[in-house]
Amino acid sequence: MAKVKGDIVVDIERCKGCEVCIDTCPTQTIAMVDAVNGKGYHYMQNVNDACTGCTNCAIVCPDGVITVYRVKV
Amino acid sequence: MTETTIKSDIIKPENLVYKKTDLMTDKVLSYCPGCGHGTTHRIVMEVIEEMGLMEDTIGIAPVGCSVLAYEFMNVDMQQAAHGRAPALATAVKRLMPHKTVFTYQGDGDLAAIGTAETIHAANRGENITIIFINNGIYGMTGGQMAPTTLPGMKSSTSPYGRDLDMMGHPLKITELVAQLPGTHFVTRQAVHTPANVRKTKKAIRKAFELQQQKVGMTFIEVVSNCNSGWKMTPVQANQWMVENMFPFYPLGDIKVDGEILKNN
Amino acid sequence: MEKELRLMKGNEAFGEAAIRAGTDGYFGYPITPQSEVMEYLMAEKPHERTGMVVLQAESEVASINMLYGGASCGKKVMTSSSSPGISLMQEGISYMAGAELPCVILNVVRGGPGLGTIQPSQSDYFQSTKGGGHGDYRLITIAPSSVQEMYDSVKLGFDLAFKYRNPVLVLSDGAIGQMMEKVEIDKQVPRHTEEEIRDKYPWATLGRYKGRERNIITSLDLDPARQERHNEALQRKYSEIEKNEVRFEKINCDDAEYIFVAYGTSARICQKSMQLARKKGIKVGILRPITLFPFPYAQVEEMAEQVKGILSVEMSAGQMVEDILLAVKGKTRVEHYGRMGGIIPSPAEVVTALEQKFMKG
Repeated sequence: MAKVKGDIVVDIERCKGCEVCIDTCPTQTIAMVDAVNGKGYHYMQNVNDACTGCTNCAIVCPDGVITVYRVKV
Repeated sequence: MTETTIKSDIIKPENLVYKKTDLMTDKVLSYCPGCGHGTTHRIVMEVIEEMGLMEDTIGIAPVGCSVLAYEFMNVDMQQAAHGRAPALATAVKRLMPHKTVFTYQGDGDLAAIGTAETIHAANRGENITIIFINNGIYGMTGGQMAPTTLPGMKSSTSPYGRDLDMMGHPLKITELVAQLPGTHFVTRQAVHTPANVRKTKKAIRKAFELQQQKVGMTFIEVVSNCNSGWKMTPVQANQWMVENMFPFYPLGDIKVDGEILKNN
Repeated sequence: MEKELRLMKGNEAFGEAAIRAGTDGYFGYPITPQSEVMEYLMAEKPHERTGMVVLQAESEVASINMLYGGASCGKKVMTSSSSPGISLMQEGISYMAGAELPCVILNVVRGGPGLGTIQPSQSDYFQSTKGGGHGDYRLITIAPSSVQEMYDSVKLGFDLAFKYRNPVLVLSDGAIGQMMEKVEIDKQVPRHTEEEIRDKYPWATLGRYKGRERNIITSLDLDPARQERHNEALQRKYSEIEKNEVRFEKINCDDAEYIFVAYGTSARICQKSMQLARKKGIKVGILRPITLFPFPYAQVEEMAEQVKGILSVEMSAGQMVEDILLAVKGKTRVEHYGRMGGIIPSPAEVVTALEQKFMKG
């Protein structure tokens, strides 16, 4: 079975830390970080390399801060 | 080190699978964290981009939280007086029937002050698409009771909960609009999960396709959250929406191909 | 070429003028005494003659907002109503003034306040010339006093509306709307194509054509500094209009010792009053403002230096008289004579008023 590997790029400064994306990740790749951005929001980030590039987080993000990449490996 | 190499290998233009559409401007959205407006804006713009409609689309923004929708939607936009968006859209479409015309309105705008404009544009069968965001509250003015506020639901003007004897009943305007012969496709969706976002986007695409066939009004309600107005975290607000809003405003198609579905 | 002449009601003439001027859309709601405008348009099938859209809206509120939508696309759009309906439109008119949208709005005035009467009146002067809705804005206000002028006000109205990107109000009244007179009809002006609109009005929301930046039509700017600059620009525009667009008519003013200042139906009454007065040996002239905003302040002031008194004749409690007083700056006596509630004064009673107010005691 072809495996896919994904990665995301987060526009940290636009993230408002709503956390709506967190539970949509099937591989628990994303989490809120303790740091805050320029607006004072905690932001989300990928915390391991389990991402499959499923785009769930990006699709549900109200602020459109997530860009998703995916390759077959 | 290996991981970093793998990552940079993946993050390459040819591997891109999802990116905010260019039909959303780069302006930071004025909405509260977790608000469904941003998601809905984005999928409306994605559909316009995917259908190649940018050059022929005119959007109408309401008064309410999404009053500044024109700052974010990167297409030609008009900003309407409170509740009047369907009147603007009527004229735009009548004068230029080949354009794609949509309004984007909240529940206060569409179901209270703009009820007459909504009902009559629908009843005339205007070939426009109405995107209707229902979060059961007046968000922008600070969380007052809306025509859609649920029985018993607290708001700043129903601080002890909506008392039906005193304040009247919530209005299911989408069911009402579906009764009118001028509407062709009426549906109620949500954008709180990836699956719902995909469904809503499909409905929007269907509506814009139907608009080109000139079959009458297409009407999409998006039941959404208002975590600021509801005084919850965004995740709690979505949960509350599922538990309280959806039973009263059930998701799904209400009218398809001009026919009201049986369970409605 | 021989002129095309027709005998028409003022309201019908306005409708025919709309088609001939290449209007793109008319949106209205029935109300006496102006319903003939939409009746005429519907009967004429302008969608077949020129492709013009005529739509009966659910209210005047919807009508004016349909104008907002159409005007935002650079289309020539118009509506007509009478006083109570025009009151309902004030919100939309304010938005259009704020968003700088051209349109022509006809008010066939009836007596108020409230539902008032269906008979002619001129009691909407303040509403028409001083703004009417919320915010600091002005409407270019044209006051026809004949069926021909009602006809001509459509073309003039659109010319001014697009020149200044500002709503134009045609302030007629129930008498001129309902009476029949001879009208000279223009040749048909073609409607603008979409390409012509793109060229002439680059601000129009016709779609983001060929990847240009998006166009936005709005009256909103939450930043007070920018909103103030926008207001200052509006005020500069109104000053330009005051400088360039004053229209008036002077009749027998050269030797006049008294003048009537009157517009619309009152100006027609005053023509007869002037004849009656002159037979009595009272040298009376008429200064008839054709534009009420901009008001012919300079022309009234000039007359004030010549005459013994000015009688403002208006079917109201005295609204225009305030502008006359501003113009006159105390240089001569100013009085108002008017009837209210839908009563049109007789020529003789205007002369009597002149005599009583200026020549007794």
